[in-house]
Amino acid sequence: MKKLGLVSWAVLGIAGATAASADEISVVCSAEQDWCDLMVAAFEAENPDTDVLMVRKSTGETLAQIRAEAGNPKIDVWWGGTGDPHLIAAEEGLTQASGVDTSDLLGWAQNMSTISGGKTVGIYAGALAMAYNSEILAEKGIAPPACWSDLEDPRFVGEIQVANPNSSGTAYTELATFVQLFGEDEAYVKLAAIGLNVNSYTKSGSAPSKAAARGETGVSIGFMHDMVNLASQGFPLVAVAPCEGTGYEVGAVSIIEGARNFEGAKAWVEFALRADIQSRAPETGSFQVPSNSNAEVAPESPDLASIKLIDYDFATYGSSETRARLLARWDTDVSDPAQ
Amino acid sequence: MKRTVLFWLVAGVISFVLLPWHMTDKGILSFEWVTDGLPSSGLWLVVSGGHWWLAPMGLALIAGLGVQHFVHPPVQRAKVSLGIAGLGLVWATIQGLVIVRAGPRIFEGVLTGEAINAGQPGMGAGAAVCIAGLLFALTVSMSQTGKGRGDAFVVSIIGLIIALVGVFVFYPVMHILVRAFEVQDGYSLTRFFPRFFNSDIWGVACLTSDRSCGVAMNSLFLAVLTGLGTTLLGLSFALIFTRTDFRAKKLLRVLTVIPIITPPFVIGLALILLFGRNGSVTELAADLFGTEKTRWLYGFWGVYFAQLLSFTPIAFLVLIGVVQGVSPSMEEASQTLDADRWQTFRYVSLPLMRPGLANAFLLGFIESLADFGNPLVLGGGYSVLSTDIYFAIVGAVADPAKAAILAIALLTLTLSAFILQRMWLGKKSYATITGKADSGQNAALSTLVKTLCYATALPWAALTALVYSMIVFGSFVKLWGYDHSFTLAHYIRAFGIDFSSGRLTGVAWDSYFTTLTISSIAAPLTAIVGLSTAYLLVRQKFVGKELFEFSTMLSFAIPGTVIGVSYIMAFNFPPIELTGTSIILIIVFVFRNMPVGVRGGIAAMSQLDKSLDEASITLGANSFTTVRRVILPLMGPAILAALTYSFVRAITSVSAVIFLVSAKHNMATSFIVGRVENGEFGLAIAYSAVLIVTMLAVILLLQLLVGSRRLRRTDRVQTAA
Repeated sequence: MKKLGLVSWAVLGIAGATAASADEISVVCSAEQDWCDLMVAAFEAENPDTDVLMVRKSTGETLAQIRAEAGNPKIDVWWGGTGDPHLIAAEEGLTQASGVDTSDLLGWAQNMSTISGGKTVGIYAGALAMAYNSEILAEKGIAPPACWSDLEDPRFVGEIQVANPNSSGTAYTELATFVQLFGEDEAYVKLAAIGLNVNSYTKSGSAPSKAAARGETGVSIGFMHDMVNLASQGFPLVAVAPCEGTGYEVGAVSIIEGARNFEGAKAWVEFALRADIQSRAPETGSFQVPSNSNAEVAPESPDLASIKLIDYDFATYGSSETRARLLARWDTDVSDPAQ
Repeated sequence: MKRTVLFWLVAGVISFVLLPWHMTDKGILSFEWVTDGLPSSGLWLVVSGGHWWLAPMGLALIAGLGVQHFVHPPVQRAKVSLGIAGLGLVWATIQGLVIVRAGPRIFEGVLTGEAINAGQPGMGAGAAVCIAGLLFALTVSMSQTGKGRGDAFVVSIIGLIIALVGVFVFYPVMHILVRAFEVQDGYSLTRFFPRFFNSDIWGVACLTSDRSCGVAMNSLFLAVLTGLGTTLLGLSFALIFTRTDFRAKKLLRVLTVIPIITPPFVIGLALILLFGRNGSVTELAADLFGTEKTRWLYGFWGVYFAQLLSFTPIAFLVLIGVVQGVSPSMEEASQTLDADRWQTFRYVSLPLMRPGLANAFLLGFIESLADFGNPLVLGGGYSVLSTDIYFAIVGAVADPAKAAILAIALLTLTLSAFILQRMWLGKKSYATITGKADSGQNAALSTLVKTLCYATALPWAALTALVYSMIVFGSFVKLWGYDHSFTLAHYIRAFGIDFSSGRLTGVAWDSYFTTLTISSIAAPLTAIVGLSTAYLLVRQKFVGKELFEFSTMLSFAIPGTVIGVSYIMAFNFPPIELTGTSIILIIVFVFRNMPVGVRGGIAAMSQLDKSLDEASITLGANSFTTVRRVILPLMGPAILAALTYSFVRAITSVSAVIFLVSAKHNMATSFIVGRVENGEFGLAIAYSAVLIVTMLAVILLLQLLVGSRRLRRTDRVQTAA
């Protein structure tokens, strides 16, 4: 009798738990808030029985949270945000393979899936670029930069702002891009030379472009779609694709290991990869390049075909080992004078 | 006494029999646990669910009842109940920590069986009431054995606060602090020291060369200067308010309150737009005087500037009660003895304000250490502990060990400040509100002091007014700093209402209501916990009081990021599973903001003469009645400060909350931070402006409700002769 009670309790408990959560997906969104809201509204419109609980958090915060929650996660799916933390989560076994069809996706998006064993899939790409405030440079009579190497020129002294790669994923992408473009030794020489012109290494990766938009600094390094977004708001910010070529980030989506509602999470991932859904991102001022080859690209979006993109090696430069080595060398060879 | 013990034991038994022991999926109010036919209460689980490990708690409660009935000598009865309740509590803790969702954590070999391997969810309402029953049975019995001068109320409050601080401060914080000793293959004490005493943390290179100092030294310089600056400004304001006939006191009052009700980042943004390289004031100065446009704002001075603006009101809130409380009789006595106004102020009033000054400094110091928003926006290359800890946790290279070590460095600074403060205050008495008639006049300020006050406070007030008019302006223009055409678009996006259907279409409504609800629940709880702690610290003597006092300050001194992550680590798993609920947000606010209630309470209570309590006790009142009828009515300003402060802190705090918000319970600050990150300053500022107005309204309402205390002193300020 006792045993029967226990078994039925357990069975009912499990049934009850799944019944309670089948119509609920818990999503953490690391893209821009408006895009997050649009996705939720669109998903709920198609699946009226499903309640999407969405909260926006930055990738670093999300990674810290799913690490702390490992074993008893409260999140089902993590959508958006730069790919490195998604790859780290996959490497640490914090996310699980979704098994979705990726055949419609562009090469770089499939690549994410291959590297991570299907645990994360690319949803958008954004190129690394420089931006300058046209009013400030005109006022100071400084010719705008066209190449990475222009930034070494003394005319930019005190005018360049870039994030610190120890805290910012954006700045780490820049470091890895330089290493891949110029070779490791040359890259650090260049970064140190640019460092002489840097007025401050910010903690956050998006801060330099915002400062440049407001004229607090003349030149910034960051992701092009953020710069385009700021320019479209009315700031005198001009984005430049460097002549030597540049690296890029891939935004990703992952299902959390131990998700309470795996089916719902998978439905979300499939939804997020669809061409018609990805085509709607520009409505919210998100000008990343979509990963579905059939999705429409907004005219404002940086045209990846016209930018010299390097063949960014996410497997090597995303690994913890390479990362630790490159950052240690950055600290000795370039280093933030304020540290 | 016996009745009190009986009451708690019976409450425990009833909840053991009836209430669900564990957390239920849909919450206790859904009553699903009543109808679903599954064993839920402790007793039921023991009998039919095989949860034998829950039985000892029930047995302890029953045994406690038996003892009350059968053992007659009072001291013996108290001692036996004490032992039984203690054992019950220890067992409740052990079973909760050992048997988690995945079954037993240790002793897997001994603890076998289907039920135990299936594990258990977190504790629920039944467990909470049972444990409370056992706890109060324990404390009341303890007082019956003669501890705490036999005062059951006092011992119970001490027990309750120790238990709460233990569970909601020490337990989570331990989770993260042990990380400091973590190395690749386990834990090591020897490797902790070289990492802790590193020149990156404690270096003083900036004094002798152009290299930067260690991050802890940076924080220390900033905190000492901020503490001194805010105390000085706060004192000036408090003196202007209470000792002068300044005309625009009301306006000044508003200006001193606004900065604490400002969401994070907003002050920093406003300062950038005014004093940044491209800011309005900078441009004006460049046009008028040909000064060079520099980036001076980004670094130490910018952060210091922003912190002075942000934290002066806290010093003011602590000091105004204290300055008001200084007894006019003392000042009159001084003047009768032929001291002039300056001597009276210097040798009588100022020393009597010492507890207030010390507490104000300590709060400013700690606030500056834990401040996250201002260094993030304005820090530039100036690293401080709070931001470094944040990026050690969420940065590109997550290093929890480094975060824990930096957190320990921060705690070291706080602890030192705390000890220094105690030494400075010494053991003197600062009581000036006594039961004796006290109808004199407060001395007016000497001309020198008055001039100093005006000279420090008024420019600050003007600057605050400027900053806030900028904020209001920013919310009504299209693109702050570039396109200044008038628009309501930001407000409509945030707080739009479709009047035809009555639907709230604005994107901010959800988080707005959640924030207000959670803050309104948290504020009174914070005030109660904070002021009762203050009462214990000032009025009662017990073993380990110093340690107790420090432990209540702990959660305040730890940066929000560390608290946030440690709360997830501690409360995501049984025995206490709270992540994703609104309860965790309320709890984090209560225990993080409680120290302000404690500080303010201590400052105010040190001024109440003990003879008041003694008179009340002599007249036959117990300590509960004394608190209610004598102390509370005299604590008006402290209660108001605690309520106000905890309410606004719950609304404006960001770093702790960022990890704890969930989709169902999103907070305004986390919403605003997301918008700022996305560069949508207009929307962020419009939302902030609405929050500021809401908080102002609430504060005014509170002021009306709590009222000011009525001391039998009329005509507070001498007219300057």
